[in-house]
Amino acid sequence: MNQWIAFWSIFVKDLKTYYLKPPNISWGLIFPLAWTGMFFVKTGSGLSSIPEVLPGVMAVSILFGTTSMLAVTITFEKKNRSFERLLLAPLSFEILMLAKTSGAILFGILNALVPLFLAVWLTDLSQVAWGVLVPAVFLISVASTFMGLFIAVAVSEVFEAQTFSNFFRFPMIFLCGLFFPVSALPFFLEPLAYFLPLTYGADLLHGAVRGEHTLPYLLDMAVLAVFCIGLFAVSLFNIRRRWIA
Amino acid sequence: MTPDPPPAIQAQGLAKRFDKVQAVSAVDFEVRSGELFGFLGPNGAGKTTTINMLTGLARPDAGTIHISGVDCTKNPRAAQHLIGVVPDESNLYPELTGFGNLCFCAALYGIGKTERRSRARELLDTFDLAGAANRKFGGYSKGMKRKLAIAAGIIHRPDILFLDEPTTGIDVASARQLRRLVHALHKNGTTIFLTTHYIEEAERLCDRIAFIVSGRTIRTDTVDNLIQPVRDTHVLQITCIGRTGDLADTLDRTFPDLTFAFPEQGVIRVTSGSPVRVGPLVRFLEDRAVEVTEARKIRPSLEEVFIDITGVKAEIMGREKEKTGGGSL
Repeated sequence: MNQWIAFWSIFVKDLKTYYLKPPNISWGLIFPLAWTGMFFVKTGSGLSSIPEVLPGVMAVSILFGTTSMLAVTITFEKKNRSFERLLLAPLSFEILMLAKTSGAILFGILNALVPLFLAVWLTDLSQVAWGVLVPAVFLISVASTFMGLFIAVAVSEVFEAQTFSNFFRFPMIFLCGLFFPVSALPFFLEPLAYFLPLTYGADLLHGAVRGEHTLPYLLDMAVLAVFCIGLFAVSLFNIRRRWIA
Repeated sequence: MTPDPPPAIQAQGLAKRFDKVQAVSAVDFEVRSGELFGFLGPNGAGKTTTINMLTGLARPDAGTIHISGVDCTKNPRAAQHLIGVVPDESNLYPELTGFGNLCFCAALYGIGKTERRSRARELLDTFDLAGAANRKFGGYSKGMKRKLAIAAGIIHRPDILFLDEPTTGIDVASARQLRRLVHALHKNGTTIFLTTHYIEEAERLCDRIAFIVSGRTIRTDTVDNLIQPVRDTHVLQITCIGRTGDLADTLDRTFPDLTFAFPEQGVIRVTSGSPVRVGPLVRFLEDRAVEVTEARKIRPSLEEVFIDITGVKAEIMGREKEKTGGGSL
């Protein structure tokens, strides 16, 4: 059987049913705009500070966009049993879950583009290393999506998924070097930052936008890729253990 | 000479435990190809858990499952090609239209765009849903939802269809229509595994039936063979107004050859190996201020057999019908 027909149908169905709904589109636009505005107000600086806050705003937009959606596309479907319909199909489990998460990955990338387009319009981004920025945005989207998947399969209710997500999301904003460097963290928190995928994503984005990064790009990308594979594998294991028990 | 085809479904020694609950402890049966097989038991007997194990939604703790010879426990994906599943509760997408849901389900089985659109239209016609094809599934009535769920279950033309409580909670007219559709599918050669707690439904539709109680299959046979022991039993049902519950002991003492049951308030069911004389019973009741409004002979049915074999009282099954909406008759 052609499994890619199923993959594409799940992907398109999720886009139409969830991601392209007006509330999500407006949320996808308003959220990054709000973050951008908030940091401008906080820093009190002018347009010249855009490259400074852009990596953080892009990463936070991806993180919140992807993890929030997985609570709906996975936890909600599990709750109302439509996820069973997918489990009954003769699909490879890996392809099924990739199809279910592809929409969130795309949504995360689009979320990142909102502040980026604003920045292109408002300031000079000629110094940006696009060859690093593009894979960085992709890898952060994938890692954040799989983190959302990990959370979504660990709970039974949508509200639990949202609450549990915040448990990870908010500390990551402050621990991952998005808005101030990891080296500025208290000494006992600094090692913790290196156990979080977004630390490596933030390092890539800072390097791509401002040329300031602490780890080699390839190392950042490799670690992010390992996080992606690990989170996906653990999530699949949990689904098999909890939902096909 | 060609060898016999493998059974459509073969379950041996199935057991499944959820935490402290032993949902299924000893389920064994075989469903022949092309058969309409009933899986009958009260709520909580283990019917849905068994279906989940047969369809790959749950892993058995013990036992084996073969679907058309394919070992489900080792190769669930291969078996899933052969089966269609209609769960007890709808699992289609409320946001999609009826047509959209069918096309989506077809795509899950790798069916190409042109074919799945024509198949969806064909099934919408067959199931009398063409007029609602472009309406969102969430706005369908319960009967329409159930019909679309069955259409989705057979969209890929499966050899075997699992129907879990198909008529529960829907109105009588929709239940009748669904039974006709199930019958038609069976006539077309689809093997059907039907779970229900409606005894009459199982009796009317099924070739063979397995009784499951407390997670165990306790008898599997054809409907004719199951009914045979009670075929010569005489059953009289008396409907009356007045207190009847406290008459049980007096009735037993006064009419020792008869067996009395009280399936619901105001109904007495009398069973005997010989024809029941109505007059003495009516006089007995009216002497005790119980007004008899109807007394009629009823044909012994699978219900008597079920009660006899399983020990599950008819009133328990009756209560379940009320709870679930009762669209059986």
